[in-house]
Amino acid sequence: MAQIFPKWSNKITKMVLLTSLLALCFITFVFWFWFSPWNLEVGYQPVQPVPYSHKIHAGMLGMDCRYCHTGVDKSAVAGVPPTQVCMNCHSTIKTDSLTMLGVIESWKSNQPIAWVRVNKIPDYAYFDHSAHISVGVGCVSCHGHIEEMAEVRLEKPLSMGWCLDCHRDPAPHLRPLDKITDMNFKTDLAWEKVAKAKAATLHPPVESCSGCHR
Amino acid sequence: MVANSIENMPEYVGETHRGDLVLPEAVATREELIRGNPSYHDITEIVCKMAETPFSQTHIGWRVGFAISASLAAMFFGLIAYLIWEGIGIWGNASPVFWAWDIVNFVFWVGIGHAGTLISAVLFLFRQKWRTSINRYAEAMTIFAVICALVFPGIHVGRIWVIYWVFPIPNSMNMWPNFRSPLLWDVFAVGTYFTVSLLFWYVGLIPDIATLRDRVKNRAAKIAYGAFALGWRGSMRHWLHYERAYLLLAALSTPLVLSVHSVVSFDFAVAQLPGWHTTIFPPYFVAGAIFSGFAMVQTLVLPARKWLGLKDIVTMKHIENMNKIILVTGSIVGYAYAMEFFIAWYSGNQYESFAFVNRAFGPYAWAYWIMVSCNVISPQLFWFKKLRTSIAVSFIIAFFVNIGMWFERFVITVTSLNRDFLPSSWHYFSPRIFEPLFLLGSFGLFFTLFLLFVRYLPVIAMAEVKSILPQANPHEGHHS
Repeated sequence: MAQIFPKWSNKITKMVLLTSLLALCFITFVFWFWFSPWNLEVGYQPVQPVPYSHKIHAGMLGMDCRYCHTGVDKSAVAGVPPTQVCMNCHSTIKTDSLTMLGVIESWKSNQPIAWVRVNKIPDYAYFDHSAHISVGVGCVSCHGHIEEMAEVRLEKPLSMGWCLDCHRDPAPHLRPLDKITDMNFKTDLAWEKVAKAKAATLHPPVESCSGCHR
Repeated sequence: MVANSIENMPEYVGETHRGDLVLPEAVATREELIRGNPSYHDITEIVCKMAETPFSQTHIGWRVGFAISASLAAMFFGLIAYLIWEGIGIWGNASPVFWAWDIVNFVFWVGIGHAGTLISAVLFLFRQKWRTSINRYAEAMTIFAVICALVFPGIHVGRIWVIYWVFPIPNSMNMWPNFRSPLLWDVFAVGTYFTVSLLFWYVGLIPDIATLRDRVKNRAAKIAYGAFALGWRGSMRHWLHYERAYLLLAALSTPLVLSVHSVVSFDFAVAQLPGWHTTIFPPYFVAGAIFSGFAMVQTLVLPARKWLGLKDIVTMKHIENMNKIILVTGSIVGYAYAMEFFIAWYSGNQYESFAFVNRAFGPYAWAYWIMVSCNVISPQLFWFKKLRTSIAVSFIIAFFVNIGMWFERFVITVTSLNRDFLPSSWHYFSPRIFEPLFLLGSFGLFFTLFLLFVRYLPVIAMAEVKSILPQANPHEGHHS
């Protein structure tokens, strides 16, 4: 009887085992890295209708975040400022600048600027800015160094795991209430103690599904 | 292999000695397991006939059966696609009956698989030689039943694209399945069950596939069988490893006979719902599973032994043995039904009592009494030797048991849910057109796989059957 399989077919078993192992590693990598929000979401930087620079306003000029984002410590949403807030200053400053065209246009036509939202949490996840601000979570913890960005870029993955990481251990992200908008706050040993004690008194939502998916 | 013709073989007078031990007369005169005193070669010829028939000459019955089952299976996949597109609202499930035919079908199919594991593993460990004539068949049935079973929990979740949430896979949501939930235990229990059953079936098939590889003429078939035979040459070393592996897999599968359906029963028993929250559930479910599984084996074996010409290999002794198991497990199931009622009364718990009175006399009383007549009354007929050795009666009762066991799961699931603690939310569940179609479709899938198995693989474990022939006994003819 003639042989059905050539001699090299003895190697098939080993090849199959090796390929499966490599395939397994590859699939794990694809899902853990490529499909993760760290890869898919972080770095999102849409083109805005007006070339507004946080770097100039919050960084170089040192404006407080709350001058524009007025709702951040009082309500669930931080709020995007209306054109009128821009015009508080820009009715007299840089009125003839080319970068101001969009703002002036909006001011004259009484139509809001269509800012593109960068930091967005899905509707099915409950989130309240004021709850975070009022216990002392600084802006920089979730938004990164906005004061260095000419155009706003998504710094954190905003994934559920990322939320939970902080909810399970909030102390390193707490700061004195007057340092909320300080982008370069440096903690020290004394504050770490205070933060730790404060973290123990906090009541973040329970870690059951309905804590955030209400 | 010596191809002795039947005439040349010495007459078989039964096993009088085992080693130096003289066997009692009852054992020595025991009915032989394989009729007609076939040679090894005869067994090979009988079993391989179907697989070696060219496709153009396939029996018309097989073709018609395959066309029907494959169409139903295609309909099943179409329905699943529609379900995923439209959502599970196409079923009649509505508050408070959130579990209905989907879970009923799941438990029904998982239960059927258990006979295969019992025959292949438990009877093997207990050296029950009669198992060799039916084990391949029953194991195949197990695999295909578990495939049908796995479909239902898969599609009933609604959002099938996130089905990976049932597995504990690290993810960017830091989300883990609830390890306290029996539904997660189910994933592991049924997953293990499927894997081990498939391995067990496949390992058992290797020597027989090698036989087919050596016999078929068609080159494509040679390559296909050859690939799955894994280079089996039948050397002593091969057999040594094979027997070890088979024994180990049998030992691994044996606890699964008990564990899998126990875990399935936890889906109900762990919930604090009157009618479900019962400690009797695990043993009662296991007995029911074996009961339904053997009924399904009978339903499949009785026609097949006729159509495939296996009457000498699957004899009346096998059928009677299986009927005895149906009688035993059927009686256990009947006892469990009675005990549930006794405890409902004896516990003095009004919710428990209500659940059971509602079961037998409530809106689903019709389903309850179908269940009782099929599962409790019909197998009792097997006390009569005349009935349990009748092919027609065996087939009819097996059929009734299949129906009854489907209704058992329906009764447990739906009657316990439909009248909950708040009378204003009571709801009489009735299925839409899709539920029966899904069940029918799953039968289509089951029979499609089964007919393919019957057509292309050895339906009888040839190597094992040969080992129980008298000529396999090295002392054959020395002492008689």
